[in-house]
Amino acid sequence: MSFPWANHYEPQHPFMRYMDEKLPLPRFIYNAIGGGYPVPRNLNYFWNFGVLSGAALMLQIITGIVLAMHFAANSGVAFDSVEHIMRDVNSGWLMRYAHANGASMFFIVVYVHIFRGLFYGSYKPPREVVWLLGIVIFLLMMATAFMGYVLPWGQMSFWGAKVITGLFGAIPVVGEPIQTWLLGGFSPDNAALNRFFSLHYLLPFVILGVVILHVWALHIPGSSNPTGVPVKSEEDTVPFHPYYTAKDGFGLGVFLIVFATLVFFAPNFLGEPDNYIKANPMSTPANIVPEWYFWPFYAILRAFTFDFFFVPAKLLGVLAMFASILLLLFLPWIDTSPVRSGSYRPLFKKFFWFGLVPCIIVLGYCGGSHATNGVVLVSQLASVYYFAHFLIILPIVSRIEKTLPLPNSITESVLGAPAVA
Amino acid sequence: MVRIIAFLVGLFFSGMLGYSAIRTGYTMVTEPAAPTAEEEFHQHVKPVSFSFEGPTGHYDRAQLQRGLQVYHEVCKACHGLTQVAFRDLEALGYAEGQVKTIAAEYNVPSLNPETGEAETRKGTPADKFPSPFANDIAAKAANNGAVPPDLSLMAKARHGGPEYVYSLLTGYQAQQPEELLKKFPDSKTGPGLHYNPYFANLNLAMAPPLPIDDAETDRKAKDVAAFLMWAAEPKLENRHKSGIPAMIFLILFTWLTYMSYQVIWADKKKH
Repeated sequence: MSFPWANHYEPQHPFMRYMDEKLPLPRFIYNAIGGGYPVPRNLNYFWNFGVLSGAALMLQIITGIVLAMHFAANSGVAFDSVEHIMRDVNSGWLMRYAHANGASMFFIVVYVHIFRGLFYGSYKPPREVVWLLGIVIFLLMMATAFMGYVLPWGQMSFWGAKVITGLFGAIPVVGEPIQTWLLGGFSPDNAALNRFFSLHYLLPFVILGVVILHVWALHIPGSSNPTGVPVKSEEDTVPFHPYYTAKDGFGLGVFLIVFATLVFFAPNFLGEPDNYIKANPMSTPANIVPEWYFWPFYAILRAFTFDFFFVPAKLLGVLAMFASILLLLFLPWIDTSPVRSGSYRPLFKKFFWFGLVPCIIVLGYCGGSHATNGVVLVSQLASVYYFAHFLIILPIVSRIEKTLPLPNSITESVLGAPAVA
Repeated sequence: MVRIIAFLVGLFFSGMLGYSAIRTGYTMVTEPAAPTAEEEFHQHVKPVSFSFEGPTGHYDRAQLQRGLQVYHEVCKACHGLTQVAFRDLEALGYAEGQVKTIAAEYNVPSLNPETGEAETRKGTPADKFPSPFANDIAAKAANNGAVPPDLSLMAKARHGGPEYVYSLLTGYQAQQPEELLKKFPDSKTGPGLHYNPYFANLNLAMAPPLPIDDAETDRKAKDVAAFLMWAAEPKLENRHKSGIPAMIFLILFTWLTYMSYQVIWADKKKH
């Protein structure tokens, strides 16, 4: 693991030496995020977002544990118990707004982290397993966020739960029994709320476990870098501490400024007003929309409006929505270009910035809008591109593209080529 | 093999979506959606400037007290405020004794301590504002089939928040615009409904709570909108007050981390 020139942990204090012998936890941390982990010296700010995702997860766990002390997972009182937190619990408003906006911050940083991986080819060998574990984390996050949104038992909580669990109802034959089994009833009610609370408390710790595997798998080949050129010598790397701890500290500061701005000055900006109305199974909201981080996938779901022979449109939408995420698992084998970094792939770069990125933004816009014919048409066109980008364009681009010359080494990319004598 | 399967899956989904897009586009051209009265006559909230806006915003105590007065005289007949306790009113600048007096003006459900029978008693500061109706069925029966919503969170439960409350209260029109009736003869305001272009479907069951042509209406609507914002977000001032020092700390912290980042990396960067 790691490179031969990595610093070695040498405990000085007798207690630390004793610890190292009995339970080498300090050594483990030193090698994971301390001076013992050599990291390429040329990482740009996009590489801050892994650490930021970890910070967001910790924030969610801490605020969530406090909220769970005051929340009552019962459909009769859940809504009022959230208002009790907002009004009567000391700093309860801070905990709830931090948790609600923390979820958005978590998705923002994770999306940047994923797009960084997509652009710089971080999913390519030797880091395929790191990428696969990352997708697993993303799926777990989506499940956790969805169930968490149901807990306040507002109108969007209830109708969101109804729509999303209804997706399972689209599966032929077994769909409806599965939906009833998942909900513990024919419609979301106390049984659903209780199990969602239980799982919403459990899954973050599962995520934490997979995060540890994700970081472990990363430490075997070591971090990638913006050139995609592998580390060749000691001068290509710097120890994680103090170099990247300092840089990540700065990144964390910027992250917290954005986070605090939302929490203190615009806590409901990203939320849906309807969720301040208590759940009412008799009254359907005019526009059922998920939280913003699900909008692109929701747009893909709604883009299927016509049956295909015997396959109903709803089932196609569900399949496409899951496929849109699961296809990322196959990326390491779909993209066969020998060059890792998008910076040296002119054609790939064009499709990335002028195709994929605008496509996701358009899908997000459509997913959050009322589904008029115009919106549906635009989301259909954007979804065509989404699937075509990963499954058709990417493999062709990998084959025909003329890539740019790579620098000889990471150090050369930073300091320039040595002058010819 | 993976690439071949992926390619076929990609062709399938893209093809399906392309086909759907053509059909959607065809439908849009051949059967364009008919315009609706809501689309053409619904109006966006009127902009109002409130004292609690912005990062240093705070409530205007006098305005909140006037707003409470409006709630007390007008809204409470039909709308509850069940998340707000009378003790919370101290935040409006009332003394303990005044809060007791206000609470005593409301009757709250209770049990007779001797017989255990249901009865009502005068409110105390520990009670919450009672709902005017025993339950939704009673509310419906008294209001022509519509349940008047609880107002505790109203200022956060609609797009536009307090501006929406103000716009709705001042937005009633005695008569529908002629243009609307000419264009959409079917959209005539029904019996028991009232035309208000700020309401989602233009017609609502609530009769104008404040008189349409009254010099006081504008001010009262503003006051009660501010009061409902306080009712929905009583901790707004605490939030702003802790937010400012938090931001100052974070900016200093970030500046320090940036400086240490620069110092630590000085010998590794290109000069």
